[in-house]
Amino acid sequence: MEQIVSIIFSADFIFSVIRLSTPILFATMAVLISDRAGVTNIAVEGTMLFAALMGVIGSAYGGNVWTGLLVAVLSGILFSGIIAFFHLKLETDIVLTGIALNLMASGLTIFILYLLTGDKGVSTGLNSKTVPNIHIPVLRSIPVLGEMLSGHSVLTYLAFVVIAIITVFLKKTRLGTYIRAAGENAEAIDTAGISVKVVRLKALLISGAIAGLGGAFMSMSYVSMFTKDMVAGRGFIALAAEAMGHGNPILSTLSALFFGAADALSNNLQLFNFPSELTRLMPYALTIIALTFYAARAKKQLKK
Amino acid sequence: MKKNNLIFNMATTALAIVISMMIAFAIIFLVSEDPARAIESFLLGPLQSKRLIGSIFTTAIPIAFTGIAVSIMFQASMFNMGAEGSFFLGALAAAGAATSFNLPGILGIIIPILVGGLTGAIICSIPAFLKIKWGANELVSSLMLNYVTFYLGLYILNNFIRDKNFGALASHPLAQNNKLPRIVQGTSLHAGIYVVILLIVLSYLLIFKTSIGMKIRMLGQNPEFARYSGIKVGGVVIFSQLIGGMIAGIGGSVEIMGMYGRFQWTSLPGYGWDGIILAILARNKPQFVPLAALFLSYLRVGASAMASNAEVPKELITVIQSIMIMLVTANALLKSFKQKMVVKEALTNGTNS
Amino acid sequence: MIKKGNSTVPILEARNISKVYGNGVYANKNICFSLNEGEIHALVGENGAGKSTLMKILFGMEKPSTGEILIKGNPVVFSSPQDAMKYEVGMVHQHFKLVDPLSITENVVLGYEPMKNGLIDRKTAEEKVKEITKIFDIREDLSTPVGKLPVGTKQKVEIVKALYRGAKILILDEPTAVLTPQETVELFEKLIQLKNEGLTVVFISHKLREVKQITDRISVIRRGELIETFFTKDVTEQEISAKMVGTTYTSALDKGESKLTEVVLDVKNITSKGLGDISVVNNMSFTVRGGQIIGIAGVEGNGQNELIEMITGLRPIDGGSVKINGMDTAGKSIIQLRNAGLSYIPSDRIDRGLAISMTIEDNMIATKLDQKSLYTNGLLSRSKIRSMSEKLVKEYLVRCNSVEAEVGMLSGGNMQKVVVAREFTQGATLIIAEQPTRGIDVGAAKFIYEELIKLRNQGCAVLLVSADLEELYKLSDHILVMYNGEISAYIKNPSEVSETELGTYMLGVKKQSAEEIKGAYYEKE
Repeated sequence: MEQIVSIIFSADFIFSVIRLSTPILFATMAVLISDRAGVTNIAVEGTMLFAALMGVIGSAYGGNVWTGLLVAVLSGILFSGIIAFFHLKLETDIVLTGIALNLMASGLTIFILYLLTGDKGVSTGLNSKTVPNIHIPVLRSIPVLGEMLSGHSVLTYLAFVVIAIITVFLKKTRLGTYIRAAGENAEAIDTAGISVKVVRLKALLISGAIAGLGGAFMSMSYVSMFTKDMVAGRGFIALAAEAMGHGNPILSTLSALFFGAADALSNNLQLFNFPSELTRLMPYALTIIALTFYAARAKKQLKK
Repeated sequence: MKKNNLIFNMATTALAIVISMMIAFAIIFLVSEDPARAIESFLLGPLQSKRLIGSIFTTAIPIAFTGIAVSIMFQASMFNMGAEGSFFLGALAAAGAATSFNLPGILGIIIPILVGGLTGAIICSIPAFLKIKWGANELVSSLMLNYVTFYLGLYILNNFIRDKNFGALASHPLAQNNKLPRIVQGTSLHAGIYVVILLIVLSYLLIFKTSIGMKIRMLGQNPEFARYSGIKVGGVVIFSQLIGGMIAGIGGSVEIMGMYGRFQWTSLPGYGWDGIILAILARNKPQFVPLAALFLSYLRVGASAMASNAEVPKELITVIQSIMIMLVTANALLKSFKQKMVVKEALTNGTNS
Repeated sequence: MIKKGNSTVPILEARNISKVYGNGVYANKNICFSLNEGEIHALVGENGAGKSTLMKILFGMEKPSTGEILIKGNPVVFSSPQDAMKYEVGMVHQHFKLVDPLSITENVVLGYEPMKNGLIDRKTAEEKVKEITKIFDIREDLSTPVGKLPVGTKQKVEIVKALYRGAKILILDEPTAVLTPQETVELFEKLIQLKNEGLTVVFISHKLREVKQITDRISVIRRGELIETFFTKDVTEQEISAKMVGTTYTSALDKGESKLTEVVLDVKNITSKGLGDISVVNNMSFTVRGGQIIGIAGVEGNGQNELIEMITGLRPIDGGSVKINGMDTAGKSIIQLRNAGLSYIPSDRIDRGLAISMTIEDNMIATKLDQKSLYTNGLLSRSKIRSMSEKLVKEYLVRCNSVEAEVGMLSGGNMQKVVVAREFTQGATLIIAEQPTRGIDVGAAKFIYEELIKLRNQGCAVLLVSADLEELYKLSDHILVMYNGEISAYIKNPSEVSETELGTYMLGVKKQSAEEIKGAYYEKE
């Protein structure tokens, strides 16, 4: 037990929390931006998966990591465009559309991977690149803090930049205001002569771009290849994180970090011969408990 | 007017199928070196042999189970994704019951199925309970729950029912009297089909012919109306999810006992998601599930045939079925057509007031 | 300042506008309506007559099925509110279109924000808004979230919003429905002021006194058709009301004799806590006896909803008690209340009274699932359900092609008849009728009145809650007036009390003594 506690307070542990949280942070922001516009984008899961593969392909064929990133973001946007087309244009139910697209992403990635490499499981046949880790000049030399915060992937830092941008964006920009209004009272902005659908479309496309970054992190930083179904529910966890944060970027970020911490903890517990199945089960179970706890609290407050 | 609605729904479904098949053909043309052969084996492959025809039915069985399960859960307007976990853990529980106890004769079939059903029922009722009691979003909690059941299942498999002498991670083998008998020589079709037919009939009766079914539908359509009418909403919601979970759990048990010698799934098999596809195609009506299940399994067997004959990956089918269900749920697809129908009727009947 | 009546061309004209909804209902039929520059023009009609639909068409929110709109004589097509705004048409909706978490300024400039460096220029926005709000004396800081404002101020924000967007024609949809009398007076002052500055106002209402007070012209809509347009000075309230309903108002219907029996509904010291410490319903006591119709009058939002929800078991009772036929309802389920004799016609048939996507027959049996006569061998029998539904449809004059039709396809009046048919055939001894004729046609309303009276004469206890005074006078044996969650008056003999006097109780101007109010609670000697 003491050993476990000492691990939790180690710099390595915090480092791994940040690393493991990165894809969840991207996913959470992707969920958040569309949810604030009034669209529950449960297809973030599939969008990330699709972008993860496309990023690998883009970097392999484009010859450098940045084309890979660009392709990942664009494919995230494309995928969200499909959601938007069906939900906003053809008026499908957003949840069912999300489920359909998640299933599609799962099959489509294998389909494409097989056509390109002849393999249905991993992308080792593609010479893909990884996003570099960077050490931050002054920060790295600070003891402990440097170990925790320096040396992460470029995308990890970008995740926090994205959070900051979204926070400001929602508050200070015109589109951000429209997005908040669209989620809160769609009729109000409709009568203001702003098309709710266009606002939601834009929110979904932004959501797709962010999910694309999250997917790129999975296949180009977290590990250095694509494997089938590699997103493994992180998009769904993001739904929970965003729900717990009530759509507030900062609170949702904290929730996402909590899941990252649970993930890191379960990885560490494995070292102590704790059954690996149960440690991997833990973050999901904690999510359910936390979600229920917050829902119960919100319900109680509403009653008051 | 009811007829109009039915026609409208059928037309939408037909159009969705046509459009998605066109997309399928387009993709085949793009990726295949011999598109004619690919399309031929896709469309006609399933009819090539008795074995393949049999496999249309055996493929349809598990998805029909989850299809009815999800239909019932969706009737109550609960976006419960737990059928996946119920199916998985139900199958595991059935295998566990079958291999742990020496059950004589017919009990060797009945008890594992019941254990599987009960397990499934518990799983799917958890998100419902959390929703009713504390307001937790069932969509998110059931998604998380699927992972919990998956890892829990692996843990149980590894530590309690694993056959250590077997090369891979798997349970002890099922005894002969734990297996559902084959019913047509030369095919894999097993007695599970009787179970699924029975459950379809019972589900239909439950939803459309009993007062509890009526209550499920009422609260699915308008919970406030249900409450006003004197229905105990919480109880009915949980009941509907229990039944749905139970059917999914039975489905898992039947699949293991009909198709496999032991439990050896090491990833979630995805039948819960298939159930959602079927529920959408069948518009949550259990009586339409078998048709939708056979249709989907025909496509899948066809896709497999295409994969072996023409090198087009069978995952094409997941793309196609996703497009199909999105189009089926597309209200706007034939909206102007519907509107015209209504206006025409209004003008002729003149029902203004 | 723009001169009034300076040209013969109306500033806005609607020609032959018709609107058919998806469910086949005509909301507007061949309407011709014109608006002169600088006038206040009232559009009156009963609930559901089609006033709001017409206004939505003029504001680009709905497309007319046929007909055209002209602005200053030029034909225009409004496919969105933005199009309407381009032609300087602005609208304040009955249900405000405000975004609660956004500030006053953010709401006002929504869609038309001044920008600086790619961000919203908050300072300029505030200055502009401040300029327009001057005449409205909004006391709150402009950065206050709109959700925290009182209703009257929200409405001002809505008007400011329309003016900020350059409206010269202002459509107000039932603006006084949510206002206190003082707020109404203030609103009228501002409207006159705006009119003098050249603004044209369309004022939708069914409060004839207000209409008489501030408008120049009045157009009457009845059952989707524009009946006539008058100069306000040329008509009396009675004449307008006659045009609105098609017949002249009569005071009370001849209900016939009924035998008063036991107390069926006994409400004692009932209280409902709202948010914070303010009680929404405060210590109300009254009874309804068999053979009696008790009416509850009051401006909407004075606790009627909460009272009814407590009686019908939909809301927990925070204090006091409700007894139905002697049974204390505390801790009882809704089905137990129904079994004790309760039937309830809710004010909102679409949200509460029906499942509109289900068939007529399903809706008919929704509360009758315990009846053995609907089953064969333990299963619901389609044919038995059908024959029962068809009988009810016939008896209650529901106009439909088939009982298999979705309820949502029916018109409002026919939907209400489905609710009534179900609720009146439960063998109930207590009927709670909440706004039973809202938004339905005169014929259907008359039918429901007759049924209510029939039930009363058979010995049912009826509690009627209505915002329609006419309806209350027609039906009630006695009237309770609710103000601020309390009974402000018990009118034993409605025929001896004028509407005007009732109004003073409704608006809290007057309140009876505790002794007089006690009369509402019947105790056996």
